[in-house]
Amino acid sequence: MRINFKHEWIETNIGLMLVLTMLAISVGGLVEIAPLFFIKKTVENVEGINVRPYTPLELRGRDIYIREGCYTCHSQMIRPFVDEKLRYGHYSLAAESQYDHPFQWGSKRTGPDLARVGGKYSNEWHVQHLIAPRSMVPESVMPNYPWLMQLLDQSDIANRMKALRAVGVPYSLTEAEREANVKKFGAEVAAMLHIADAKKNLVEQANLGNYDGDRAGVSEMDALVAYLQVLGTMVDFTKVDADELVRSR
Amino acid sequence: MSEQNLQSQTVQTTGHAWDGDLQEFNNPLPTWWVYTFYVTIVFSIVYWLIYPSWPIGKSFLTGFSDITYVNKAGETVTSHWNTRALLMADLNKAEEMQKPYFSKVAANDFEQIAKDPELSGFVLSAGKALFTENCAPCHQQGGQGVIGFFPNLTDDDWLYGGSYDKIHETLVNGRRGYMPAFGEVLNAGEIDALANYVASLSGIAHDAGKAASGRVLFTSETAACYYCHTDSAKGRQDMGAPNLTDKIWLWADVPGAEKAEDKIAAIRSTIITGVNKGVMPAWGERLSPEQIKVLTVYVHELGGGK
Repeated sequence: MRINFKHEWIETNIGLMLVLTMLAISVGGLVEIAPLFFIKKTVENVEGINVRPYTPLELRGRDIYIREGCYTCHSQMIRPFVDEKLRYGHYSLAAESQYDHPFQWGSKRTGPDLARVGGKYSNEWHVQHLIAPRSMVPESVMPNYPWLMQLLDQSDIANRMKALRAVGVPYSLTEAEREANVKKFGAEVAAMLHIADAKKNLVEQANLGNYDGDRAGVSEMDALVAYLQVLGTMVDFTKVDADELVRSR
Repeated sequence: MSEQNLQSQTVQTTGHAWDGDLQEFNNPLPTWWVYTFYVTIVFSIVYWLIYPSWPIGKSFLTGFSDITYVNKAGETVTSHWNTRALLMADLNKAEEMQKPYFSKVAANDFEQIAKDPELSGFVLSAGKALFTENCAPCHQQGGQGVIGFFPNLTDDDWLYGGSYDKIHETLVNGRRGYMPAFGEVLNAGEIDALANYVASLSGIAHDAGKAASGRVLFTSETAACYYCHTDSAKGRQDMGAPNLTDKIWLWADVPGAEKAEDKIAAIRSTIITGVNKGVMPAWGERLSPEQIKVLTVYVHELGGGK
């Protein structure tokens, strides 16, 4: 049997070509992306992994990280390769960015990966390095960010949390949600995730941590350093079975 | 002329002429191309069978290929092929290659490592890589530090002690420097007197009268500097209180000031604001015990080890 198909039909009909091109392209997305939303193991559900959403201060720090475009030069994705393990630490888990909207994996490393930068350097170093990177790392090509010492705009923190809640981050509005968080994350963390107390929590954490080394007011530096210092620290890998992580892929 | 040429062509054209004589061939695809295309389709099917591929419901085909590695507990684990299992197997290989050195590092004490030419060579190269990634951002590539922020590791002046054991302790647990802000406790005259006394200890031109009253204050209960810096101002390494008599400065930028009065001003401002920033992170959980041992010897051999 001879199929009387002629590619001229497509080539001479721009409307048909457009539709078929879109269909062909979408197959890639449908096959590679869509199933991840349904496959159970996409976000590792392994004992010992208990990643929490960011506190209000860390959340504002993350927003500043995005505002300043840090992601254009820094990735937050340690791939499972020997060299990356040796330099940056344990490979990143999907679970670790489950509350990131949008995730900060990035696609380019002009600077080093930051997925596990939390705790690696002191607050003091981060502050100096952000204000004047070359004062700490002479060969650095990172821009100076001296304006980060300005006061942090805290006015919209509740709205920012509500927006993330709308896409599934468990910040709590109601008492029932708060209690669910107590069960899931413990009382201390749950208190931090309560939207009604956001501003108070933000100021308290900044004052307690004094991340920017300046006691006067809450600066954008406080927020950004608080965020950087929590990156990659939420999972204690001594309590996670490495073989289970392998099995979940 | 061109008309004739076109008619003599035996190849099929698209049948459309542009600008009167421009035509487009409509050749079939080359045979080699078509068959390569079929081969890629067959290849992809083989690939699906070997590696994780198609999603099925809430799971996916894991493929027939597998990877065997040895886990931390020493058990042999076999998993379907995935990049994480591949990493575990690759780490096994890397550990195998490093083992001859790291097991020797683990088995020997610090002095033995430093004395053994082969091991100290390893420490120099492996330590340099570790130091560059983890320590150099603060202490700088050569270990020279940054005045006002991070101590110099190449001199023989140590805040917390420069023996192997003390350096090791510093690396594992980290440190936190602290000096109270005396601006809240003492008046300007008293602080000036203390600054002159401290300047006198390292031979900076000073006001002898002020220094004399500063000496009294230093060991008095009012300022109580001697609690940490001791009577002789030689410091206490168990508290990280620096020796003030050795002309080596970290917090006050004395070397950076040209005139004696500016040097004293730098000392004064440190007394006023105190120090609450000498934080060294703890590396005990980030690096392996062998890596920390390598770094200990590396830092010790930077020049100032005791």
